[in-house]
Amino acid sequence: MRIAILSDIHANREAFEAVLAAVRRLEPDRLVLLGDIVGYGPEPGFCVDAARELVAAGAIAIRGNHDEAAVHGSSGMTPNAHEAALWTKGQLNAEQSAFLDDLPLTVELDGVLFVHASARDPAAWHYVRDLRSAEACLAATDAATIICGHTHLPTIFYARAGREPVAFIPLRNVPAPLSAVHRHVVVVGAVGQPRDGDPAACFALLDTQAREVTMVRVPYDSQDTARKIRAAGLPDWLGLRLQIGR
Amino acid sequence: MERPHTGSVIDGFTLGERLKAGGMASLWHATHPGHPGPLVVKIPVLDPGADVSAIVGYETEVLIHKRLSGPHVPRFVASGELCRIPFIAMSLVAGESLADRIKQAPLPFAEVQRIGIAIATALADLHRQNVVHLDLKPENVILTDKGAVLLDFGLARHAELPDLLGEESSEPMGTSAYIAPEQVLGERSDPASDLFALGCLLYQMACGEEPFGRPKTVPGMKRRLYHASKPLRVVNPQAPAWLEAIVARCLEVDRGRRYADATKLAFDLRHPEQVTVARRRPTAGERSLGKRLVDLFQKRDEAEVTGAPTVARRRAGPSLVLTAVDLSEGPDALAAAILAETGRLLAARPDSALACLTVLKTEIIGETKTVDAEGRSLYIGRLVALKDWARPLHLPEDRVSYHVIEAVSAADAILRYAEHNDIDHIVLGARSSSAVRRHLGSVSTKVVAEALCSVSVVRVKTGAEA
Repeated sequence: MRIAILSDIHANREAFEAVLAAVRRLEPDRLVLLGDIVGYGPEPGFCVDAARELVAAGAIAIRGNHDEAAVHGSSGMTPNAHEAALWTKGQLNAEQSAFLDDLPLTVELDGVLFVHASARDPAAWHYVRDLRSAEACLAATDAATIICGHTHLPTIFYARAGREPVAFIPLRNVPAPLSAVHRHVVVVGAVGQPRDGDPAACFALLDTQAREVTMVRVPYDSQDTARKIRAAGLPDWLGLRLQIGR
Repeated sequence: MERPHTGSVIDGFTLGERLKAGGMASLWHATHPGHPGPLVVKIPVLDPGADVSAIVGYETEVLIHKRLSGPHVPRFVASGELCRIPFIAMSLVAGESLADRIKQAPLPFAEVQRIGIAIATALADLHRQNVVHLDLKPENVILTDKGAVLLDFGLARHAELPDLLGEESSEPMGTSAYIAPEQVLGERSDPASDLFALGCLLYQMACGEEPFGRPKTVPGMKRRLYHASKPLRVVNPQAPAWLEAIVARCLEVDRGRRYADATKLAFDLRHPEQVTVARRRPTAGERSLGKRLVDLFQKRDEAEVTGAPTVARRRAGPSLVLTAVDLSEGPDALAAAILAETGRLLAARPDSALACLTVLKTEIIGETKTVDAEGRSLYIGRLVALKDWARPLHLPEDRVSYHVIEAVSAADAILRYAEHNDIDHIVLGARSSSAVRRHLGSVSTKVVAEALCSVSVVRVKTGAEA
């Protein structure tokens, strides 16, 4: 089975549309939206409506911390994220808010666990960004492979009982193998706000037969998004970071 | 799974005679109705309770081998699923193992040279595919009439894959007689490590001894970080100086001083007359007592001794540049423009090398002149002109070589030279356009159309024709 995984869209319409066009060309069997459809970006309404259509057509969608904040208010967020969450809340209509509020925290498909942040207490939104947090994530579930996002930094952790996991940063557009003797935490890069220094939108293509996962990069017009961010009165930095991928 | 034996059928592969058994795997002749030709099936020894590292090693080997192609590796045919029947099926490579040949060392130097070129060419191909072998030894080299084929990617590293095997052990992985100093320290990503191993093989072929013996302990292997091997010609005084110089450059502890690329090593082996030989060899005895005392008490940091990884300089630019220049009518504006372009290419990479080539046209019919009106050799005259042309580049002797080639077709001569020497980038000039040239086709047109590497065509810029 080939599964396209889109994480951290963050209300970035240009990136989302560019990625969806790339996904259509790849013709995956399933589509997973891995959370944080909104937050930071200027077009939350559009992105939620697009997500709802995809779900109606069979996609799986999972809740992220920004989706939650846009409905219930933010706590423990950075000032920029907090400001954007408040703004986002005001942009969404009742239907859109209800859709985000109904999203599950985790979904399991074919032995693969999908979660936005970490399998360890998913609602606490722990970051999986080092060996310790990857170990904690793995310890919290029996699933052989966990797919998460949240950090905006594509990484694969290979783990084997009794050993420290191995971290690997997958190269852009080069399939990375999944091992038969390891468990994995695959951290998917962000569609709408990459932070690994590469401003191109990122999504993952998981091939469970070939045992491979590819971080696909899709360039898009980030200047257009930045302009909309400024026009919406959101913090300037949120537009600037899209251009440098940080 | 039942023990494999002659006649066993594994995933459609019928096992024939057993080739050999190592500690890690058994090898079998095999056939498969869907895969024509003689095959080999390698079955790893993965008994229950076996070290899991062996399983990781098998998985790594499959991942790397199936990404490799070309004439210098056995063709990958299939692999078995780890949880069911682990095996790797590949094409059978007919030839002689270097392990058999090296038993007769010291070998004739022409043979050492020939085998060295073959292995360096195979390594260059492997490195181009982003793979470092990391276990180059006689048992893993098969010599065929079409060149060398490298076997066993069980310790290899692919630059685009996670190094799961490297994380399995803190002990050095490799074969103690051939392992590179940085590999002893756990570094597993530098193609320069394979060039060190090839230096060990050249040494052993030329004198019958392994340069560092076969230490059984890690401290024993680490000795090579601080103690050089005996110079080749101390062990075998018959060995030519150029071979000693080539071997010494392979065995540099600091990777930055080793050959830049396997292609450059092959180039030097092909052109021994162009190898720079140190006029005198400093020996341990000649170092001052003071210096030896300082060395004794100031052990430098191990990682510092082996130098910086060579990957960055590899990416900086071409390693071997071939510049073809027409000097038949003396130096002109085009020759100067070609020189400037060559200088820019070489500047991208401080350890690149330049081969300067000029073609001495010969006639198909009739006698070709070999001397000029005053009886001077045309060949020598052209060689002098070529060296004079390249002089403004101020390249040290070991970065430049000069070649005057007699040929009927300049384009064919350039193409042949570039292919034979595995050149990375060709620079040549194009005369300004003319009706005759457009009709007959030019040297540069043919070279651009047929070269296997990048080609820069230099032209003197002029205004539009009136």
